[in-house]
Amino acid sequence: MSVIVLAEHSGGSFKKKALELVQYGQKIAAQQGGDTIAVVLGDIAEGELQQLGAYGATKVLHVADARVNDFSARAYAKALVAAAQQSSAKVIVTSHDVIGRSVAPLVAAQLKAGVAAGAVAMPENGNGFAVKTTVFSGKGFANIAISSDVKVITLMANTFQPQKGESSAVVEKLSVSFDDKDFGIKVKDVKKVTGAVPLTEAELVVSGGRGMKGPENWGVLEELAGTLGAALACSRPVADSHWRPHHEHVGQTGGTIRPNLYVAVGISGAIQHLAGVNTSKTIVVINKDPEAPFFKAADYGVVGDALEIVPKLTEAVKKFKAAQ
Amino acid sequence: MKILVCICQVPDTTAKIQFTDNNTKFNTQGVTMIINPYDEWYALVRALELKEAGTASAVHLVTVGRADAEPVIRKALALGGDEAFRIDADSNDTYEIAAEIAAFAKDQNYDLILCGKESIDYNNGMVPGLLAGMLDMAYIGFATRIEVSGSTATVSREIEGGEEVDETSLPLVISCQKGVAEQRIPNMRGIMAARTKPLKVIPSSGAGALATVSSYEMPPAKTGVKMFTADQMDELVAALHNEAKAI
Repeated sequence: MSVIVLAEHSGGSFKKKALELVQYGQKIAAQQGGDTIAVVLGDIAEGELQQLGAYGATKVLHVADARVNDFSARAYAKALVAAAQQSSAKVIVTSHDVIGRSVAPLVAAQLKAGVAAGAVAMPENGNGFAVKTTVFSGKGFANIAISSDVKVITLMANTFQPQKGESSAVVEKLSVSFDDKDFGIKVKDVKKVTGAVPLTEAELVVSGGRGMKGPENWGVLEELAGTLGAALACSRPVADSHWRPHHEHVGQTGGTIRPNLYVAVGISGAIQHLAGVNTSKTIVVINKDPEAPFFKAADYGVVGDALEIVPKLTEAVKKFKAAQ
Repeated sequence: MKILVCICQVPDTTAKIQFTDNNTKFNTQGVTMIINPYDEWYALVRALELKEAGTASAVHLVTVGRADAEPVIRKALALGGDEAFRIDADSNDTYEIAAEIAAFAKDQNYDLILCGKESIDYNNGMVPGLLAGMLDMAYIGFATRIEVSGSTATVSREIEGGEEVDETSLPLVISCQKGVAEQRIPNMRGIMAARTKPLKVIPSSGAGALATVSSYEMPPAKTGVKMFTADQMDELVAALHNEAKAI
């Protein structure tokens, strides 16, 4: 039973989460006995396509159509459906990000496939096909048993550490019969924050709350994040006060993330905030209030003023990096 | 222009999450149910704004649920909206919920279907896209701004590390998040009016579930926090490297 994965790329190379997805697909294919087929849309160098083989793809289907150089959920879904039908694949996997979450439901609707969204583990085959997903914004997990013939999964980033192997993939072109309706949504403008690590796939995140006292104090967090190579995040009051842009807001009504390291500075740890971040592998809390509830959910804690502690932490990280 | 807003009932954001019946059910004991914040604050309020501006002629609300979901629909009607529909089915399968709504909406000629970007209980964010697929409508996910002029919609949506402005023609399904509108508090007049607004019960189309929750799990408990003083930052970094293997 073959597995299809949507391998996203940007700036000419595959994102880490695409490699993670290929590997996840390969593990499912190995479980089920079948091919791991990565579908890639838009211009990218042949050498890059080959690279997916080293992460477990047995076949790469490349849709080299200029019209899919820009994202279209409908066109992407059509390509995945065509790939699935061509290879009789029963499992289709995308990332649980804005692209994957836009494409996966369109694929599921067409193939009448049950969906497990936000997977954090391999499917269990013991009793049917069940996938563990995050629910209640990280306050719990649900095992979703899918009974339909075709199954769609969206995978949370940072679930696996992709390992490069020695295998290689067969690269083929996939031609999809697109029509005008597939490109009915016209892109008028794109505003991108360049150079920043995207929050959803960041392995390290530095986050600030109301305890930072104002946007003018974010410099110390930016420096710590820059030194660590971390993405910046913030709590809801910070986004609501427009100290920071909304896309940095994590918590129950913002984004849900699960980085390897989450450094929370001046965030008290309201239940709604914890919901978005408490599946982070390691949590460091810096807060001047020793009673802040966040300390109960933390692995490491420092009591003190953010503006005093954070620069000291940045110095310590610099020293550590220099010694590596 | 007719707008359909999809509403779902979820546990309050402060609710303690517990599971019962050998971890196969969510324990609703003592849990207050609310309208999913993304549905209420953004999708519903934007629909009402479009009606107030004269762009929309009617705003309909739909939910999939049993009679216990009605107080939440009445609360939504108190904010505004002309009529509400409750599809009489009980499901936590995203495909089944979308299929029930699609079966209801397919003959209604909605120009715009607005949903929240995800429910805060299952966090799937799949219903809007599934609906678009099932109804063969265009779909824009994770919108932060929606403008409609004639039959053209201009929608800003979240992309990785930024925002994109899209333009397309109706009909259209959009999933909404922060930025689309501002939360409103229902006033007394709205609450009174909601009591007499039509709330029709639609029988289930019998779509059936393609997935079920076989069991729930709680996240593993933290073992306890290790504290460091301001002068022990080197030790903290060493712990992050050696012990947590985070850096």
